[in-house]
Amino acid sequence: MPLISLRDVTKSYPPSQRGGPVVNAVEGLNLDIDAGDIYGIIGYSGAGKSTLVRLINALEHATSGSILVDGDEVTSMKESELRRLRLGIGMIFQQFNLFNSKTVAGNVAYPLEVAKTKRADIAPRVAELLDFVGLADKARNYPEQLSGGQKQRVGIARALATSPRILLADEATSALDPETTHEVLDLLKRVNTEFGVTIVVITHEMDVIQTLATKVAVMNGGRIVEQGDVFDVFSKPTEASSQRFVSTVVRGVPSEAELVALRQRHRGRIVTLSFRDGNTSQGAVFLTLAEAGVAFELIYGGINDIQGRVFGHLTLALTADGAAIDRALATISTQVDVTEAPNHG
Amino acid sequence: MDDLIPLLPKLWQASYETLYIVGLSLLFGGIGGLILGLGLYTTRSNSLFANKPVFGVLNVLVNVFRPIPFIIFLAAAQPLARFVTGTGIGNTAIIFTLSLAAAFGISRIVEQNLLTVQPGVIEAARSVGASRSRIMLTLLIPEALGPLILGYTFIVVALVDMSAVAGYVGGGGLGTFAIQYGYRQFHPVVTWAAVLVIIVIVQLVQFLGNYLARKALRR
Repeated sequence: MPLISLRDVTKSYPPSQRGGPVVNAVEGLNLDIDAGDIYGIIGYSGAGKSTLVRLINALEHATSGSILVDGDEVTSMKESELRRLRLGIGMIFQQFNLFNSKTVAGNVAYPLEVAKTKRADIAPRVAELLDFVGLADKARNYPEQLSGGQKQRVGIARALATSPRILLADEATSALDPETTHEVLDLLKRVNTEFGVTIVVITHEMDVIQTLATKVAVMNGGRIVEQGDVFDVFSKPTEASSQRFVSTVVRGVPSEAELVALRQRHRGRIVTLSFRDGNTSQGAVFLTLAEAGVAFELIYGGINDIQGRVFGHLTLALTADGAAIDRALATISTQVDVTEAPNHG
Repeated sequence: MDDLIPLLPKLWQASYETLYIVGLSLLFGGIGGLILGLGLYTTRSNSLFANKPVFGVLNVLVNVFRPIPFIIFLAAAQPLARFVTGTGIGNTAIIFTLSLAAAFGISRIVEQNLLTVQPGVIEAARSVGASRSRIMLTLLIPEALGPLILGYTFIVVALVDMSAVAGYVGGGGLGTFAIQYGYRQFHPVVTWAAVLVIIVIVQLVQFLGNYLARKALRR
């Protein structure tokens, strides 16, 4: 059974103006997240992903549908039951949301105080958590004395204080620079592998999904338009919005306009080879071309590595006697997907 | 100067009475205002205890009482003062009425300062399972403490001002002293002596308030 399970969940907001339409931030959404997953949810702003993640710990209440966390129905819980639920679900935020009136140690201790942890047990637990996030020396500092990356690490320590099984990350790296982003992503990965915490990551950056997530759901207009293993969605996105996200990190098939530019610079027939799953050897393909006497030039594309699995698209310009190219392509197309660009030249 | 010297014991007595009236009014009005302000803040939409009717009632209540000039409020609220404290005159009556008037004023200052706390901070506390009343007491007030101290300092200065009309209902203090022994006796030096003491009190209060706020804000 999945750890988190959403069935036909809708969240509507009353119209912003009298008589206006009801806004459905999330609409008829189904989602299963297994224990141990790092589940990425990607979408543009306004896609409903921030609302979705807040439905899981009931910071927002669903209008209809069923939300099961660890087998318990969240939508029917009373306020006191919700408080107990939230002790088992940590959350980190884009703007960190640290308590400015408390020290770093005070921030991390707060959930423990809420959980009525024994006083004597709080200090060692706080020290342990600050050690884990690498901020043991900052315990007595206040949030305003920390950099963005340090603030988010305090946020992570605070979210983990009560040893939750689930961590919700709402655009946790969107306010950080690329280098700090990777430090925080590495830390989140350790949270998953060392503590077995299931992580739900909300982001609009494909890079975050590529680095961190094992599964991904693409959200658009309050619905999930595509979901599955990160590798599958990355290597073969079917929906337009997924393709747009993938194209932000993966250089794939050249567009029409790019093909026109490529033709001006390269002679010969232009073909795109799509490698997937790493079980097709590039070496074999290039060997076939060479043996057939076809000269080739790599003109576009790239190879990507997602969790150790390789995929990519390589666009080649082939020049040789016409029959040689056809023979070579016939052999290659049994090994990889081959798409030839129509020749207008 | 000769007019002032024999009156000095009375001046010190009046100073003490002003501090007494202002101090107790700040205590009662401050607590009342804090509760009323928390009520205004937490019942507005999207807040911890969002409740439109309650917010509406509190909002109107504050709007009705806050703009009444204090000297009129003092007269109008006299029956209430008599009912609650047993007397409609003297320092006890003025402390009651001043506390009531201050509570309405302070409630707005509290509300405004609580609104400066980032909603995300409240959300973070909710996400770790903190109850709404715990958030209110252990987070909301500490997060807004610096500006709250400055707001209360502002109110102390206003209370010194308002307490000066205590003489109208038989109360004492520096206002009564200045009018009775200075203005009515044609002794401007005596009046100015009271002014000087008030200036000193206000300066000290403002200095203390700034110091505490700086400490709370760590700046």
